Amino acid sequence: MKIAVFVKQVPDSAAKLSVDNGTVNWGDAPLVINPWDEYAVEAALQLAEKHNGEVAAISLGDENAKEALKHALAMGAASATLVSDPALAKADAAAAARVFAAAVQKLGGVDLAIFGKQAIDSDTGLAPAMTARVLGWPALSMVAAIPSLDAGSIKVERAIEEGRQIVEGKLPAVLSIVKDFAEPRYPSFMGIRKASKAEIPVWSLGDLGISAPDSKVSWAEISAPPARDVTSEMVTGANADEIAAKLADLIIAEGVL
Amino acid sequence: MDFRLSEEHLMVQKMVRDFVQKEVKPVIQEWDRKQEMAPFILPRMAELGILGINIPVRYGGQGFDYITLGLVCEELEAGDSPLRVVMSVHMGLNSMALLQWGTEEQKQKFLTPQAKGEKYACFGLTEPGAGSDVAGMKATARRDGDEYVLNGEKMWISLASKAHHALIVARTNPDAEPHDGLSAFIVELDRKGITTGDIHGKLGMRAGSTGYIAMQDVRVPVENRLGEEGEGFKIAMSCLDNGRYTVAAGATGLIRASLDASVKYSHERKAFNKEIGQFQLVQQKIAYMVQQYETSRLLYLKAGWMKNQGERNTRETSLAKWYATDASFDAASEAIQVHGAYGYSDEYDVERYLRNSKGGVIYEGTSEIHQLMQAGYALGYRKDAELRCELPAYDAEFWQS
Repeated sequence: MKIAVFVKQVPDSAAKLSVDNGTVNWGDAPLVINPWDEYAVEAALQLAEKHNGEVAAISLGDENAKEALKHALAMGAASATLVSDPALAKADAAAAARVFAAAVQKLGGVDLAIFGKQAIDSDTGLAPAMTARVLGWPALSMVAAIPSLDAGSIKVERAIEEGRQIVEGKLPAVLSIVKDFAEPRYPSFMGIRKASKAEIPVWSLGDLGISAPDSKVSWAEISAPPARDVTSEMVTGANADEIAAKLADLIIAEGVL
Repeated sequence: MDFRLSEEHLMVQKMVRDFVQKEVKPVIQEWDRKQEMAPFILPRMAELGILGINIPVRYGGQGFDYITLGLVCEELEAGDSPLRVVMSVHMGLNSMALLQWGTEEQKQKFLTPQAKGEKYACFGLTEPGAGSDVAGMKATARRDGDEYVLNGEKMWISLASKAHHALIVARTNPDAEPHDGLSAFIVELDRKGITTGDIHGKLGMRAGSTGYIAMQDVRVPVENRLGEEGEGFKIAMSCLDNGRYTVAAGATGLIRASLDASVKYSHERKAFNKEIGQFQLVQQKIAYMVQQYETSRLLYLKAGWMKNQGERNTRETSLAKWYATDASFDAASEAIQVHGAYGYSDEYDVERYLRNSKGGVIYEGTSEIHQLMQAGYALGYRKDAELRCELPAYDAEFWQS
């Protein structure tokens, strides 16, 4: 079984974001693998381990994205490829989906293309469904468990607001994974050694055999949300019951409940 | 000169930091209050490969260099000191001694399961009446045919009640000069005549295991002797070169934790209508913590680099350990001051940092011992004699094959 897993390099969720001259700035905060994508890599690795498969990690981005790929390699992915091209600098989800689909085609023989449910920078969550649409494959989103998988079909448990929904689809398919699937493993030390030595190939649009896809969405204006003036009050008391009673009174007085 | 860490170093650092943040930090206060070592710590560190981080792959380890060991210790102690203590005793004081002094058979029999995390290891040097005065120890090992018979008590032994193996130093020749009559033994702690237990009521390291090993007519085969008979003092001192390195690196992590907590609180807490970080006397405390962190880090990394090169580093490691542990005590104390009354409560981590930091100033050579060493080197009174077995230089090819 061949599994492609898509990872993105994003600013750390603890970064303090600002908007400077129309550009989002995260200062010197580190870039990390998109946390949702760690769940996707974990799912891909578990499926590969169970079904004698192989995991290929792919990222779209600049040189920085190699770190996300190395993280996936250190977790256990067999290979990693960066898709990078100056023409993709402002690609939206629709354009990225065409690139992802082309990468899946170039890899060849992919049974499952797996994404995290969304990226914490753009937060659109569109890439899995759009990639599935371009490929013409079923999109199985918000996957929390995979009760069965065989050579031609897959049954997944989706985590949706109403509860759990079990759906079946044919392979090949695109999945997006939610955190209920499994806690992502840490990179292993042996994986770290392999990843740190890995030379990551870079595919351009030319390598993928496509021209720069059009973006449907452009960012007309970006602004930071206005700062909220927050006041805090420490609730004290002789014991937990007294503190809880005071807190309840405050919550009721504020009209929160 | 290149101050950059390798990509491999950075990835290991992040992995251990994530482990500490996700699995240790959320529960450590509870275990500190209980004064117990969380039962998951040792098996989890073993499972992740941390217990063999800088041991060659051929001996069951992960094959990383000595700098990686330091980085791991810094990350562990930034979470809680007892985690780093595990590395100090299991790795620095025991496994690295086996790597340095052990025969091939001893490496296969003892080092390999330790590096794989199948067996935990500790170090028995200190006694109820012998701390800094190592040669004043009372424990004896009497040769009897193909065995030694060990008697005595070892005190303040980290992981005494958890470890499977202990490196025990005991007197084999009562007639020799005090330093020359000692020998080192690898002792399986399930041998008949051994009793172990924990010490309670400690100021700090409460989520760690500190205890005693009592030996009554414990029979140990000759092949368990590490090094030659009479080499025990030299072996013990070489163990300390490695243990102190882990303590220095760990104390650096404790300074970083104190600094991070103080910076965070200085932004959050307001007084006189502005955040307290705006006040110069708070800034001074933060500035000193930055100075202490950066200095400690450079000192331990230099010692780690020297270990990688195979250079004797007793002097540099002692300096790193002395400076970093003293600085960690200062930094933790000032972190409490920054936190004010809240810092005095275990609602915040900084009071635990202070309690934990005091141990490092005492064990593996008190600050006073290190001052004597440094003065001795500077004055020319002290020189390091060559050892029969030096710690092997890091050779990536050998370590990873």
